[in-house]
Amino acid sequence: MARKSLRRKPEFAVRKTPFLVILAFTILGLIGISTGEPQRVLEQAIRVCLSCIGIG
Amino acid sequence: METVRRWVQVLSTLLVNGSWDFPVTRSIYQGPLKVLCAPGLNCYSCPAATTSCPIGALQQLFGGLRFAMESGQFYFGLYVAGFMGVMGGVLGRAVCGWLCPFGLIQDLLHKIPSRKGGIPRGLRYLKYGFLLFFVILFPLLILDQFGAGEPWFCKYICPAGTLTAGLPLLLMQPSLRQAVGLLFLNKFIIMVMFIAWSIYASRPFCRTTCPLGAFYALFTKVRLVKLRLDASRCTNCKACHQVCPMGVKFNESPDDAECITCLACMNQACKFNAISLEIGGMPVGGQAPAPAPNKTALRQ
Repeated sequence: MARKSLRRKPEFAVRKTPFLVILAFTILGLIGISTGEPQRVLEQAIRVCLSCIGIG
Repeated sequence: METVRRWVQVLSTLLVNGSWDFPVTRSIYQGPLKVLCAPGLNCYSCPAATTSCPIGALQQLFGGLRFAMESGQFYFGLYVAGFMGVMGGVLGRAVCGWLCPFGLIQDLLHKIPSRKGGIPRGLRYLKYGFLLFFVILFPLLILDQFGAGEPWFCKYICPAGTLTAGLPLLLMQPSLRQAVGLLFLNKFIIMVMFIAWSIYASRPFCRTTCPLGAFYALFTKVRLVKLRLDASRCTNCKACHQVCPMGVKFNESPDDAECITCLACMNQACKFNAISLEIGGMPVGGQAPAPAPNKTALRQ
């Protein structure tokens, strides 16, 4: 019991999970870029999609 | 800090809506910046929009997936999902509190003097349904005779699109008014409902409907920037409950998926330094921690 209390967690410690999550999604995004997806996003975004905004 | 947040919201809104020549061109911005996604909900058919809405872009990619695959293009939405995931991993729902233009609009609407009230807690789960069905499954699975899916959330629900894109375009291009029908009426009613609701309750769209907020909420426990509760300093005075615009009871659930990291609880409510901001587990801000209160004395 006494030994357990000696091994108290430090008040602040670097969390690694956020960095792994960011890395995983960065890789995902890079795969998307490599397939030319940004160009497709641009093509869609520069056109007014009337049905998308409830007109037509 | 609230003033700083308001300025950051305004700056972010102007950055993603930086094209102000639309009164002359009477059309939307068509430049290369639209290859970038906005971190918050910002319709790319808004005349001033200089970036793409991630939710709109994702639905369009899902809706056109079959066409794209038939022509050998594998547009699975990874670029957009990757961007959203990075934003979620770094800021999570702090995006809603600091960067989203529609969040700013709701914050300003809520300042209109009126009777104020809350939102039933159960309604918060609706937004996950909108994300799953209206953004992912319906555009992927419900196809027209040509094999194309529709952007269901944009088309049938999104009040941000009606307010910032539909109405301005109708004002600028009179020829479009002939095309207005029941679909627009449905969206117009939804928009009016959310405007009225935002005056009465704080951020109803973010709390009940926003699929982007639902996506960022998935990162609540693993995001880089988050608030932390020091339970040894907390006196359970519940002052943090009173100031939260999202109805979070921070001392009871410090990892609540609704927390938009507006810092109101930390700066305006907690007198005992029980709430602090951390980045990746490390504290930020040079505020020296106050001595832990004597809980027994405080309760008496």
